[in-house]
Amino acid sequence: MTQTGKRFPVRLNTRTDKVDMTHGSGGRAMAQLVDELFVKHFDNELLRQANDQASFDITGGRMVMSVDGHVISPIFFPGGDIGSLSVHGTVNDVAMSGAKPLYLSAGFILEEGYPLADLERIVISMAKAASDANVPVITGDTKVVEKGKGDGVFITTTGIGIVPEGINISGDLAQPGDVILINGSIGDHGIAIMSSRENLQFETTIESDSAALHTLIADMVKAVPDIHCLRDPTRGGLATTLNELTQQSSVGMTIREDDIPVKPAVSAACELLGLDPLYVANEGKLVCICKKQDAEKLLDTMRAHPLGKQSAIIGEVIEDAHGFVQMQTGFGGSRIVDWLAGEQLPRIC
Amino acid sequence: MKYIDEFRQQSLAKKLSASIHKEANPERKYNLMEFCGGHTHAIFRYGVQDLMPDNVNFVHGPGCPVCVLPIGRIDNAIQLAEDHDVILCTYGDMLRVPASGRKSLLKIKAEGADIRMVYSTQDALKIAQDNPHRQVVFFAIGFETTTPPTAVAIKQAQALGLKNFKVFCNHVLTPAAIQNILESPEVRDIGSVSIDGFFGPSHVSSIIGSRPYEFFAEEFQRPVVIAGFEPLDVMQSTLMLIRQLNEGRHDVENEYTRVVSRDGNLKAQQLVSEIFELRRSFEWRGLGLVPYSALQIKQAYADFDAEKYFNITTIQASDVKGCECPSILRGAKTPIDCKLFGTVCTPENPMGSCMVSSEGACAAYWSYGRFRQNSKITDHQQDNMESVA
Repeated sequence: MTQTGKRFPVRLNTRTDKVDMTHGSGGRAMAQLVDELFVKHFDNELLRQANDQASFDITGGRMVMSVDGHVISPIFFPGGDIGSLSVHGTVNDVAMSGAKPLYLSAGFILEEGYPLADLERIVISMAKAASDANVPVITGDTKVVEKGKGDGVFITTTGIGIVPEGINISGDLAQPGDVILINGSIGDHGIAIMSSRENLQFETTIESDSAALHTLIADMVKAVPDIHCLRDPTRGGLATTLNELTQQSSVGMTIREDDIPVKPAVSAACELLGLDPLYVANEGKLVCICKKQDAEKLLDTMRAHPLGKQSAIIGEVIEDAHGFVQMQTGFGGSRIVDWLAGEQLPRIC
Repeated sequence: MKYIDEFRQQSLAKKLSASIHKEANPERKYNLMEFCGGHTHAIFRYGVQDLMPDNVNFVHGPGCPVCVLPIGRIDNAIQLAEDHDVILCTYGDMLRVPASGRKSLLKIKAEGADIRMVYSTQDALKIAQDNPHRQVVFFAIGFETTTPPTAVAIKQAQALGLKNFKVFCNHVLTPAAIQNILESPEVRDIGSVSIDGFFGPSHVSSIIGSRPYEFFAEEFQRPVVIAGFEPLDVMQSTLMLIRQLNEGRHDVENEYTRVVSRDGNLKAQQLVSEIFELRRSFEWRGLGLVPYSALQIKQAYADFDAEKYFNITTIQASDVKGCECPSILRGAKTPIDCKLFGTVCTPENPMGSCMVSSEGACAAYWSYGRFRQNSKITDHQQDNMESVA
């Protein structure tokens, strides 16, 4: 894995070549792919150790670790691609504990025949996302499956991070009286994906909200160390995340439909497709639960960050033995916001 | 969203709510059947019941196309996919409806059957064009609203000379079903189901117009108000029904004037009558065999008729034991009267069709309204109700 580009007499042609079975065989072709594509773009000191594992020192404290598999279809979508998504997804999962994400690993499952040009585009995007987030990819793996046994590219990323002293954020800590916040409009990612699906193309200006949220979370934790819960409402949308939290904490919730930010274009697309934005996926959103007295300070902090400008308080945690999430509708009635049943939109992340 | 938000305004809802409270006679009950699942969905999704006095009762009707299709017809579709190796194209809601032998289209898809979820008949046509060596069957379901697109697809398939495109026709007719409900012994003789008036279908009426309801409004002396699917439409129509009942009238009135006319969409009607003809009788879940309540493909278009091509015969299948879908579809029971509701039957594991579609009464009760069945109502909610009342 060392000395990029010097070990192989004929360079990999990423413009015309395609993934073939030798790229996953462990031999010279794989070594070249790793060197001239992965190491080239992900380049960092730890990756260049070129061992089967990356080795690094850690400081004291509590570590968190998270893994996320990415199988999204289509691979390229408005506002991102599977590469950037695989970085954001895992960085966010680590950061939702309040941790500072440190490192990522990346496992690629490639389908025979996949164009190297597309793979390189993905890797460049992934490397940029990692570099922007300042969370390097320090070890990786590549496998190739026969044509027809995969769908282009699947990426699994693992992340680790360290939680600062005194921070304890967990899904089971919501208390009656707590306040529920969100950092912006819901449903952007799901609608962006849907708009680019082969059988469902419609024109929209909506882009995925895919983003790494750890710097926002760092600001939030600094302002209010006693945040009770943080979670990213990805698959299943805001509705599912709120139901998960009520179940974990054995509480109920009330939310107000009018206070939940939804972009008009997302509303319109949902209306057309018969979807409820509460169930549509996000990749750059977080739900935060904190004490009532901390809410305003937290809201100000969130709004001061570029990824939290549209932050809003959307409801409260209440006592409820049934664990219902209830919503005051914009119309003036009330209803339950239930778990997602079935599948609203497959393979969105 | 223009043309949408206007019909969901809270301020107008409060005004209408006040008028309904004022005009509803506290001495009587108003049992109003919304025929369409679209209305059921709107009532629950927006919490319309919260804005109504206690004596206004919504009775949920059979107007959910997924719910009324008998199990035998789904078994037919499963046979097509499993035994005839066709590509079966279906609207998403049909996928999870339980069929005989614990099967569903979703389950047989997982086992390898070629089931494709489509958003429109045009998707199915394209699949047929892209797979010239396979038979592609469109599983056509729905009321008068979804029939014209099926007719268009058959015309297009004919124009394209597509030999591999077939339609498994299950299109049903609304007026026949409403009449059947009104003629049922539960309503007519026993009086165990009380239906004082109807919310007429919105989308269906955009095609067939308001005229077809005139006969039974007169015959059965029940008022009909054709209502849009937005929550303010439902509230406005409730007020119109209450006024008719208070005045002893039984007219067909049209609240949904922005879309529905008396004669409906003549072009669509003409297209439908060109391709389809009445079936002598068709089985509805809940209603049984209803004469002249469904359509079949005319002989002239038999090349596109899956029933003829694959020689499909009706399969007799019974509902899951204990499932009250049939009574719920007639308005004779509510979901909470069913022993299976919320115990073994939930949206994740539906035993009956009414728990599958978001337009089904059971799914709406479960997903949006089950907190109403709890004795414990939070202070917050009580405040909310008081402020509205």
